[in-house]
Amino acid sequence: MGTAAACASLTETPDQRRDLLLTVIEDYHRDRSNLIQVLHMAQAIYGHLPEDVLCTVAREMALPFSEVSGVVSFYSYFTTRPRGRHTVQVCLGTACYVRGGKKVLDALRDILAIDVGQTTADQAFSLEVKRCIGACGLAPAVAIDGTVYRRVAPGKLKAILGKYE
Amino acid sequence: MIRLTVDGRPLLAEDGETILQVASRHHIDIPSLCYLKDVHKTGACRLCVVEVEGSKNLVASCIAPVTEGMVVRTSTQRVRKARKVLFELMLSDHPNDCLHCERNQSCEFQKAGEILNVRSARFEGRRSRALVDDTSPSVVRDTSKCILCRRCVTVCNEVQGVGALNAQHRGFTTEIGPGGDLLLGSAVCAFCGQCTTVCPVDALHEADSTAAVWKALADPEKVVAVQTAPAVRAALGEEFGMEPGTLVTGRMAEALRRLGFDYVFDTNFTADLTILEEGTELLARIVSLFRSKGAVSDERLARLGMPERLPEPVLPMVTSCSPGWIKYVEHFHAPLLGHLSTCKSPHMMLGALTKSWFAQKAGIDPKKLFVVSIMPCTAKKFEITRPEMENDGFRNVDAVLTTRELGRMVREAGLGFPTLPEGRFDSPMGVSTGAADVFGVTGGVMEAALRTVHELVTGRPLPFERLHVAPIQGFERIKSATVKFAEVKPEWDFLEGVEVGIAVTHGLAGARVLMDQIAEGKSPYLFIEVMGCPGGCISGGGQPRLTTDEVRRKRLEAIYREDEGKPMRKSHENPDIQRLYAEFLGAPNGHRSHELLHTHYTERRRT
Ligand code: SF4
Ligand code: SF4
Ligand code: SF4
Ligand code: FES
Ligand code: FES
Repeated sequence: MGTAAACASLTETPDQRRDLLLTVIEDYHRDRSNLIQVLHMAQAIYGHLPEDVLCTVAREMALPFSEVSGVVSFYSYFTTRPRGRHTVQVCLGTACYVRGGKKVLDALRDILAIDVGQTTADQAFSLEVKRCIGACGLAPAVAIDGTVYRRVAPGKLKAILGKYE
Repeated sequence: MIRLTVDGRPLLAEDGETILQVASRHHIDIPSLCYLKDVHKTGACRLCVVEVEGSKNLVASCIAPVTEGMVVRTSTQRVRKARKVLFELMLSDHPNDCLHCERNQSCEFQKAGEILNVRSARFEGRRSRALVDDTSPSVVRDTSKCILCRRCVTVCNEVQGVGALNAQHRGFTTEIGPGGDLLLGSAVCAFCGQCTTVCPVDALHEADSTAAVWKALADPEKVVAVQTAPAVRAALGEEFGMEPGTLVTGRMAEALRRLGFDYVFDTNFTADLTILEEGTELLARIVSLFRSKGAVSDERLARLGMPERLPEPVLPMVTSCSPGWIKYVEHFHAPLLGHLSTCKSPHMMLGALTKSWFAQKAGIDPKKLFVVSIMPCTAKKFEITRPEMENDGFRNVDAVLTTRELGRMVREAGLGFPTLPEGRFDSPMGVSTGAADVFGVTGGVMEAALRTVHELVTGRPLPFERLHVAPIQGFERIKSATVKFAEVKPEWDFLEGVEVGIAVTHGLAGARVLMDQIAEGKSPYLFIEVMGCPGGCISGGGQPRLTTDEVRRKRLEAIYREDEGKPMRKSHENPDIQRLYAEFLGAPNGHRSHELLHTHYTERRRT
């Protein structure tokens, strides 16, 4: 999110965000071969890619909405929903996977009642999976907003999540 | 020339040909599914795989070009097994409800299973999301039936340049759709239905109106009138296994009568009427242009028989009889709506006249009248729902059936279509000239209009062989020509020597080019014809499947045969049109015409 930090001061109001998006599109010459880069920037500006942002991108780049939306939904990197206040990342690297990472993930799905890539209705948590977060020795691992929890058993999850609101 | 061996036979091929093309030219049938000649090849389904010597993997023959010395085997044990497995995998995510599926016996997936001799369904799997999107009045999507061949994506994006459909998501959840939370009814879809004509399965089809029409026919309180578009008679036969290009005008009229319609009218009649209204409108805009330059006096205006209130001189004027085209402009070129002719499409005109002129003449309460249009088009199903298509509280048209739907009803009624005797259309809206017939093909409306306009201004017939404007015929994407007014009648002297630049396009991708020209102020034309479907209505979204270039050509020839076979070839010669003006409408573009036959347009969302 380096880009997001860099332009944070330029993206405080909706008008500023929109102006910046239009500048980005202009900088990329409205060229359809730059669609992915433009979408990257758009996500950096808005944090996610809601439908009206995709409409703007489509209109300004003279692309069908269905094509832009097709690209966005193809890559799991892009998200059309706002992210939660907290990001929960479950490691499914080899070590974590064989030591119960999948069960941890299933438990999180149940507790949060969302799937991977989604955000809870109260906007508190977004759920993601990662490949090896460097804690293999104490697998399975879960990271919340960058803080790594090791040897996580499904039964401990509620307590851990309780620290975040 | 390339030399190769297929199944032990030495064959010659052209550079750039695919294995499948070469094989099929030599009557070696390789099964295929996603491939569609002239339209689409992506190698998505791989049912067409063959063995190529020296290649470890099987090769998709629909995309693999032939190479010198290639040795191909199209039906080895390995190939047959692979195709069966691929088919069965597709089947594992398909609802096998063929018995009550609209595509039963016209389904390419079903046919592939039969050709591949598949006798088992070994794989059971998770089913992808099933969504029936019936939010549009024209086209219904059923994602559960989709086999992801992406023909519709190619047609909607590349041929039509609309882009209402694209692949969304990935892997198992891949779905073809408008994207986001959009459904077709709220997307930028033109409702042209071109996607429904290429879909190999029942994943895209027209919204059904047969039930509503059967119901009206069974209702003793209703008087049901029907009308048939010019392009239907050149294609309906295909629904009954007849050769493409067979003209079935008489049999069609007879079939409609036997289905129980009380009056069988011909949209051709109002195609002739459209020419008078639209031709007058074009001239009025041109006169208006000259008048704004001071070249036409009040007294002259009266002598020209022009409407009292001249329209704004917005030129070029663009035809408006293709409702898919209209919806497309409303979405994508809204600032240019003033360039559209205000004429309703011919079937709407006929509907409006049925419930006014005809109702009066026949002494029928318009409340009881139910008007059905048989159209080559799915967009017309949408058009009849437009709020402005109503007069005196009566909807102009009550139901639209596509050519395919009529085929279904005729089969359901067991009419033995090919053996039917020649029926006739009813008076007073059954007689038409050859100019009306050519409405069904690209270039036809323009040609018909020129036949009348030229004669009006010069007093002489259009100076082209057999009245055909050759440069605007055929399937080139954008066609243009210039018609010069020479030796005009005295009252038109200000048009002496004026060159009318005309352009014709079919399919929406070409229309965009012409509209962009207008937007940039660079259009060299005065009159433009746009038909929303490639080839014009003969290959409309409601026509029998499949429309290859060859089928298109045969239907086109049929239309020109019908035109040339008519004793009258120019719209203004139609005696019943003359009677209609004398008895009821007054003059073209007059007050009553404006009320009943003209319309206006609406700006729509661009994305
Ligand atoms: S789409 Fe074809 S295979 Fe599928 S149910 Fe219908 S007829 Fe059967
Ligand atoms: S009806 Fe026409 S515009 Fe709409 S999705 Fe199909 S091809 Fe595209
Ligand atoms: S909707 Fe029909 S044409 Fe489009 S991808 Fe699916 S099966 Fe193919
Ligand atoms: S595999 Fe999970 S931290 Fe390395
Ligand atoms: S027909 Fe060749 S890949 Fe589908």
